[in-house]
Amino acid sequence: MNFQFDNERPIYLQVVDTLRRSIVSKQFLPGERLPSVRDLALQAKVNPNTMQKALSELESAGLIFTERTSGKFVTRDEAAIAEARRSLANEVARRYLHEMEGLGFSAEAAADYLTEEADK
Amino acid sequence: MSLLECKHLSKRFGNTMALQDVNLTLPRGRIIGLLGKNGAGKTTLIKLMNDLLTPTGGTVLFEGAPLGAESKQAIAYLPERTYLERSMTVAQTLRYFATFYTSFDQEKAQRLLADLDLREDARISTLSKGMQEKLQLVLVMSRKAKLYILDEPLGGVDPATRDYILDTILQNFAEDASVLLSTHLIADIERILDDVILIDKGQIAEEASADELRTREGCAIDDYFRRRFKC
Repeated sequence: MNFQFDNERPIYLQVVDTLRRSIVSKQFLPGERLPSVRDLALQAKVNPNTMQKALSELESAGLIFTERTSGKFVTRDEAAIAEARRSLANEVARRYLHEMEGLGFSAEAAADYLTEEADK
Repeated sequence: MSLLECKHLSKRFGNTMALQDVNLTLPRGRIIGLLGKNGAGKTTLIKLMNDLLTPTGGTVLFEGAPLGAESKQAIAYLPERTYLERSMTVAQTLRYFATFYTSFDQEKAQRLLADLDLREDARISTLSKGMQEKLQLVLVMSRKAKLYILDEPLGGVDPATRDYILDTILQNFAEDASVLLSTHLIADIERILDDVILIDKGQIAEEASADELRTREGCAIDDYFRRRFKC
């Protein structure tokens, strides 16, 4: 997992983002057990409290669940993972459209441009 | 009961009020940044918390009791300047710490020093400044303390050493312990902070959770600090 942070946004939200991506991209498989909070915090080089907060956020989003004695696991609910993928894709698409708008492309022209690029 | 509490704490040096009516509570299990410009009162506050200065007014309580032998065993303090005896070897320094602090984990310190490729028969006087700082940090973080107080742990070290220092802090503070660290190099450190205390002209200017502050101001704590305390 590649944790990189800017200092402008809350760190826990950036941790949530990175973990969400690693679940969607199957770096963490459905049903897989996650490393402990402390180990994840060390990997990300963040404070354990920050990691804990990020994991709670993912848990309330239904992407991970806690088994009382054995730790935290990635959800086995493929629909929830698909939903997270759609939501991340939506962010990427919006960012693209926004940048293209800055370059003077209408949404339609931006879509056409993307199709052209994809066909190359 | 809070870990440490300052009540109406003041310190005067001659005609200068270095600290004025500071009220502060440090919770358990948090990493707290004490941020302020040079001369804002950070080191004075830290020295008062370590019972190294006598307050002009007010009190400091550690776990509800006045400072003393017990608080000194429970607080691991990294001063701004090096205090190691230059003629001692690393091994002698380790033994010295083990004698001085009952909660000093000598095996842990040896393990951390081995990672640094630091030979135990080396004399302190032969070590580079960066290496002395790392050694001192290892000594402090190898104590099983309830509160670690680190005064400018990043002062004057290169970026690679900075990373080493931050990692060492994150990996080694005892669970449920708190870390209070002072710095004016905010950008390097803000990623690991739970809470920030801003101090200015001897007074607490603001206390906040790091992420809440970022959300509220829409910028890095470093940027906020520069804007707020512009010279």
